[in-house]
Amino acid sequence: MFGFSRPQGVSFLIMLAAVIISPAFFYPILLMKVLCFALFACAYNLLIGYVGLGSFGHAAFFGMGGYIAAYSAKKWGLDPALAIIAGGLVGAVLGAVFGWLAIGRQGIYFAMITLALSQMVFFFCTQASFTGGEDGIQQVPRGKLFGMISLQDDMAMYTVVAVIFLVTFLLIHRIVHSPFGQVLKAIRENEPRATSLGYRTDDYKMLVFILSAGIAGIAGGTKSIVFGIATLTDVANAQSGEVILMTLVGGMGTIFGPVLGALILNFIESYLAQLGAWFAVTQGVIFVLCIMFFRRGILGELAARLKVAL
Amino acid sequence: MFMIFGYPSALLFGQLLLGLINGAFYALLSLGLAIIFGMLNIVNFSHGALFMLGAFVAWGLLEFLGISYWWSLLLAPIVVGAFGVLLEKVFIARLYKLDHLYGLLLTFGLALVIEGLARNQFGSSGMPFAIPRQLQGATDLGFMFMPNYRGWVVAASAGMCLLVWLVIEKTSLGATLRAATENPAIVQSFGINVPRMITLTYAAGVALAAFAGVLAAPIYSVNPNMGASFIITVFAVVVIGGMGSIAGSIVTGFGLGIVEGLTKVFYPQGSSVVIFVVMVIVLLTRPAGLFGKGGH
Amino acid sequence: MSLSRRSLLGTTAAAATAFGAARSGRAQAANTIKIGVLNDQSGPYRDTGGVTSVACTKLAVAEFAAKGFNVEVVAADHQNKPDVGAEIARQWYDRDGVDMIIDVPTSSVALAVAGVAKEKNKLHINVGAATSDLTGKSCAPSLIHWCYDTYMLAKSTGGATVKAGGDSWFFVTADYAFGQQLQKDTTAFVTAAGGKVMGSVAYPFPGTTDFSSFLLQAQASGAKVLGLCNAGGDTVNSIKQAHEFGVKMKLAAMLMFITDVNALGLDVAQGLTLTESFYWDLNDRTRAFTERAKKVTPNNWPNMVHAGCYSGTLHFLKAVADMGIEAAKKGTGTAIAERMKAMPTDDDAFGKGSIRADGRGLFKSYLFQVKTPAESKGKWDYYKVMGETSATEAWRPLADGGCYYLKS
Repeated sequence: MFGFSRPQGVSFLIMLAAVIISPAFFYPILLMKVLCFALFACAYNLLIGYVGLGSFGHAAFFGMGGYIAAYSAKKWGLDPALAIIAGGLVGAVLGAVFGWLAIGRQGIYFAMITLALSQMVFFFCTQASFTGGEDGIQQVPRGKLFGMISLQDDMAMYTVVAVIFLVTFLLIHRIVHSPFGQVLKAIRENEPRATSLGYRTDDYKMLVFILSAGIAGIAGGTKSIVFGIATLTDVANAQSGEVILMTLVGGMGTIFGPVLGALILNFIESYLAQLGAWFAVTQGVIFVLCIMFFRRGILGELAARLKVAL
Repeated sequence: MFMIFGYPSALLFGQLLLGLINGAFYALLSLGLAIIFGMLNIVNFSHGALFMLGAFVAWGLLEFLGISYWWSLLLAPIVVGAFGVLLEKVFIARLYKLDHLYGLLLTFGLALVIEGLARNQFGSSGMPFAIPRQLQGATDLGFMFMPNYRGWVVAASAGMCLLVWLVIEKTSLGATLRAATENPAIVQSFGINVPRMITLTYAAGVALAAFAGVLAAPIYSVNPNMGASFIITVFAVVVIGGMGSIAGSIVTGFGLGIVEGLTKVFYPQGSSVVIFVVMVIVLLTRPAGLFGKGGH
Repeated sequence: MSLSRRSLLGTTAAAATAFGAARSGRAQAANTIKIGVLNDQSGPYRDTGGVTSVACTKLAVAEFAAKGFNVEVVAADHQNKPDVGAEIARQWYDRDGVDMIIDVPTSSVALAVAGVAKEKNKLHINVGAATSDLTGKSCAPSLIHWCYDTYMLAKSTGGATVKAGGDSWFFVTADYAFGQQLQKDTTAFVTAAGGKVMGSVAYPFPGTTDFSSFLLQAQASGAKVLGLCNAGGDTVNSIKQAHEFGVKMKLAAMLMFITDVNALGLDVAQGLTLTESFYWDLNDRTRAFTERAKKVTPNNWPNMVHAGCYSGTLHFLKAVADMGIEAAKKGTGTAIAERMKAMPTDDDAFGKGSIRADGRGLFKSYLFQVKTPAESKGKWDYYKVMGETSATEAWRPLADGGCYYLKS
């Protein structure tokens, strides 16, 4: 089903089981946060892991998606599902703009253009009145799903987030393992050859970029509905750094890696916030250790050891 | 006093001069980054942290050993340069064969660690650092009151930039360096120890950052976050100038300082973003930056 | 002086013991009050709040020494991010059984945490944030704002400056909610006193380190007073640079703490006027408090936020003891807040005070001038008292805040 290999199928079942039973053991709000970031990291991984494009501006889509969902839910009373979709759409549109400007560039230049563009989006968010500036959009109501099911209860909300996550996760997996996904990998491995085979590589990259931005927007929108708040944090470049770190820790170019990375880093953050001032240092140490010793990430290394794809 | 675009000319001239002063820091920092990028192919994200470290070394020398500002201008770059040797040997040397992205992420991580430790140790309100006695006071230029120390910053940084440019472009050492950038194998075959040269280049690049840090200490408080607020802008300067271009980074540094200065008159809120607007425009029209060669 | 403190401690301790004796059989958790200190422990406001706030909170707990129930203090870093702050607050209230959250500087984070406190009906005593919205349009029945706000700063510093002849102003403002509100509140006092505002410039926050260009614009405006509507490191940098550029205007640092003066050094800071509601050298009681505080935070002496954490915690514990631990644990945040409002406050840091119906803590505010290096007898001997505003005069009148729950 869904083109899973056997190890992937087993991993998926483990993940599914974890998603279902973990609320019994952990604080549901933290788990919802993990799922939102897992989705964000999966979106990022789609770009860097499967096309080899390292964006340094993904926070723009995540944060903007969050703002749009929060604004439409709070000011227009939009159904939470529609608000999240609106966040995703705006993320995708923004992605189209970024992509249009940046796709022709590679490597460090691509990273720098996306960084510069996201700085502009950040600036726009500090200036535009609808974002509420430094305060952000606060006290966003979770509302009623399809006008019927109240999401005020954490478990109801959790179920919705879990469904969004699983559906999108499967969608990404399906894309990666489609003929389209094969072309993407060809571009990652050797772009000139893909071009010479007659593929318009820029069009492919563009599509993936938009898709990735759209999913990031959905992740951001979901997060802002869960927490009832959308702020500059999510659109600032530190957030772009964090999603890179999650993807890196879990394993770039693995299906499950970004999910694991999001899980680990969010648990560390949740734990260290209590611990005090060592948060930034720990994050830095993880970065350094990863680059020095686990360049393929945890699942990447594991997969290489076991000689399977995860 | 006449007016330009509805602003008093004195104000505009004042802002131009201030832009130049900021540009002096951009130029020094981006020069170090450009040297490191040119030689090591590493985007040194920890540059801002090392700039901060330079300022802290100067502060420490004064506070604990009573060593004056002037000696710090020499000593702090040496201390931070030595630290740079350590960083290069232990971490960065292992990444040369990899994609740029890894070097960038590694140095980003190092910056988080250095800045985080400094914050834990020193807090964040900053340490006062007095302007050296000889440079206190200010000169009335007619259109503005120019603190002598700021004048010194522009002169010192322009002098240092010129010196570095001369060394790289006009001396045999510079020629060897440039050759090693182009083709390390051949230079190595001439009996030159290229890995050591790379290490020393990194040390020199971060020493420049430390030098800028000492210059900055009396202007901004000596503060663990002082580098973090500069680094992204300095990156933009390097990219606009053309990655790895020595002259490009110097000229762009001063130039963008001025652009930013003028923005502060016409649209102050936009002063933090104007450089990125310039960067996108430049990269779309000249993908390799203003002074860059080739490039993708 | 210390006598009254001791007798005060004596009564509360006795009351607590009585309760303790009656409830001695209860389980540990039901018998433990948990206080969460939530603030910036790694960023620009670390020294104005941070670990010193935690130390002062713990000092209050130690001094209260109630035998009837246990008190536990936890602390966390909100990194100045509203979402992080709201998340920790939610987790503390929901899962970790925290009964009261204290401090929470940075106005945007404070508003978010206040929102959570309101939703969960849990107690939040805000000390570190400035926005007067906490007792105005964002007030909540379970929210108390302890010892300073933008209105009180604007009234004291702004009013005194105009009175001293500073009748034309130029503002340099951090471009976010706190800076804008401080500017708005100050403008109201300046114009009411017959002064006028010649202009203002809003700079990007955070990330601005060079203020010289804004200072030159201020100078070019011809205004007499430069109003700084910013905080922490930004204020320190603006003042340093104004000094350096020979800006001849009178400086009004609208929000400044003694910790900032310490960072600036007296050479530069001398002559500044500023407002705090606590200074260690005000009287015997504040000196006695500071002697005790110095033992737990020797390098960073308490400013008004730190003292506020001590004072707020102490009053909260008295209210809990007064209600009884069982009632306090079972009751809502609003119930505890109401008990706190019903009791007058009295401690060494702020003397006698009270809490108003909208949650506004009412204390005296003091106008200080920073001493010259010659006047100062040593480190932390920084302030001269220029004036004081009584607790009834210092704060925004109850009717003007627009707090929603007072109308019913």
